[in-house]
Amino acid sequence: MSTIVRHGPLASRIVAAIFGGYALAALASVAALALPMSKPQAVLTGMLASFIVYACAVIWVFAVRSARRAWTGLVIVAVPLLLAASSVWAGGRIS
Amino acid sequence: MKRARDPEPKARGIRQSMSDLHTWAGLLAGWILYAMFLTGTVSYFKDETSQWMRPEQPHQRDMPDAARVAQRVTATLGTIAAGSSQWSFDLPDERTSVIGSFWRTPGAAAGKRTFESASFDPVTGQRTSARETLGGEFFYRFHFQFFYMPVLWGRWLAGLCAMFMLVAIVSGVITHKKIFADFFTFRWGKGQRSWLDAHNALSVFGLPFHAMITYTGLVTLMTMYMPWGAQTAFRTPAEREAMTSQLSAFIQPGKPSGQKAGLAPVDAMVREAQARWGRDKVGRVTITNPGDTTARVAVSRGEASRVSMSPQYMLFDGVTGKLIDVKDSVGGAAETRGVLYALHLGRFSDLQLRWLYFIVSLAGTAMVGTGLVMWTVKRRQKLPDPARPHLGFWLVERLNIASIAGLSVAMTSFLWANRLLPLGVAARDNAEINVFFAVWGATLLHAFVRPAKRAWIESLWLATALLAFLPVLNALTTDRPLWRSIEQGDWVFAGFDLMMWAFAALHAALALRVARHRPCVKPAGKRAGARATMPEREKESA
Repeated sequence: MSTIVRHGPLASRIVAAIFGGYALAALASVAALALPMSKPQAVLTGMLASFIVYACAVIWVFAVRSARRAWTGLVIVAVPLLLAASSVWAGGRIS
Repeated sequence: MKRARDPEPKARGIRQSMSDLHTWAGLLAGWILYAMFLTGTVSYFKDETSQWMRPEQPHQRDMPDAARVAQRVTATLGTIAAGSSQWSFDLPDERTSVIGSFWRTPGAAAGKRTFESASFDPVTGQRTSARETLGGEFFYRFHFQFFYMPVLWGRWLAGLCAMFMLVAIVSGVITHKKIFADFFTFRWGKGQRSWLDAHNALSVFGLPFHAMITYTGLVTLMTMYMPWGAQTAFRTPAEREAMTSQLSAFIQPGKPSGQKAGLAPVDAMVREAQARWGRDKVGRVTITNPGDTTARVAVSRGEASRVSMSPQYMLFDGVTGKLIDVKDSVGGAAETRGVLYALHLGRFSDLQLRWLYFIVSLAGTAMVGTGLVMWTVKRRQKLPDPARPHLGFWLVERLNIASIAGLSVAMTSFLWANRLLPLGVAARDNAEINVFFAVWGATLLHAFVRPAKRAWIESLWLATALLAFLPVLNALTTDRPLWRSIEQGDWVFAGFDLMMWAFAALHAALALRVARHRPCVKPAGKRAGARATMPEREKESA
């Protein structure tokens, strides 16, 4: 039990970094489709940017004071990306 | 910044968190990263390595004319790859002695894309009679997809490690207060300090390169790592094709008409491309549906002539030989990706820039290596009994030996196998690779059973011997010994032999240093208690 209490936050951060970070990067790559450019270019822009988003997310997760803050930060960034991405999903088509 | 003034007993400085992140991200991916870095570094001389590994293929004094070579190879493919829906082959450049080629397996089940490949002699257009080997291509492929595992898994593993590297670079930079001053600091013979200074100097010296090479490495395979945008945006095959055409000059075969028609002369098409881009600036020919009325021929621009891998090609009707389309630009994002891709591969480099790539990349390899070693150096001082470390320490120490010194032994053994394996062995190219892995495995076993310091010294001396005698072996087993290569001005062979001696000297120097090394734990042993209570500040600088 005490091991879980002791290592829980670290495990939580590792999950946030590896999977949360990838999810955020993937979301950013989809959100990029809302950019005002042709589809292939928007897709490629999203891909190019995604690795930078991923790296920044991992740094953030380990830089902040607690695991809770780490997750909160990821969620806060995810909200606008989700809005942009959902406009793409809902629209079905982008200009 | 507000948080810094908000004292909380458990909160640690950002530098400390980043230092821990750097240490662990670096360690966990470090062994694979070291192998990726070293095999990637030597891949900047992939074509030269391949030349050395095919000694039967004579030294090329003058480059053969691309148009004539294209015509010969097309004729050969017409017999050995008849019925295939896609042929593709390189055109000669000054760095290669053979023409690499691949084609879709004729009659493969629909939806299954299987390929066959062969190397052709540019002079005859027939399969090369040189020994069967993957050559430098092996190190190149291992560098991003490993071996003995499905290619896709290997690429995902490489991507994960590259991501760890990117995180290690960013966190490493944040860890450093005085990144500029650190570059000029070097404290020789001071144990952990020296390792730290070496690691810093190697990292900072090549920092822009290391960051670039890691990020661009991810970019080379980004469509695989981040497919979500493409999956969301493209719903029809036509849309997907429009995307592919932004990335690749490999034209895909359309539906064949089923009516036979002869292929127009390919040399004329290559001549047109030469007129457009320059005589030696044509890179590759791809032919779809040869022998059918729907045949198309794409002649693409060489990679050596510009800093971008974005597709540029001339598309010809395969039956009439008429130019249909010239593709010479892609969208902004696609061009960005093309440039980043080219920066990673460095194929645009001339000889001087290629050497610079090689040297900085070697510094990157040493950066990963010194980082791995530092993990043990730092912790050895804190071990209660350095003679009997705990399992984790023991394992890291042994894996370090096998992945650093062992890899040198294994890579050189691969070259020895190239010269020593009988020419008639079945699947000889694979046999060479098996030797590489068998030897690497043996160095790991060796590291497990020997005391750590002995294992370092022995495997470094073994690597030294293998490297030093390789030019001798070459002289004994081929008719292209070093003196003749120099006499004939064959700088690929001569340079390769000489580099082996340079590497041998490097390994000998390392072996001597390890042998002379007295761990600073010994004199400080009695003060071990005092050391353990030293302020943690020291850690911060690591």
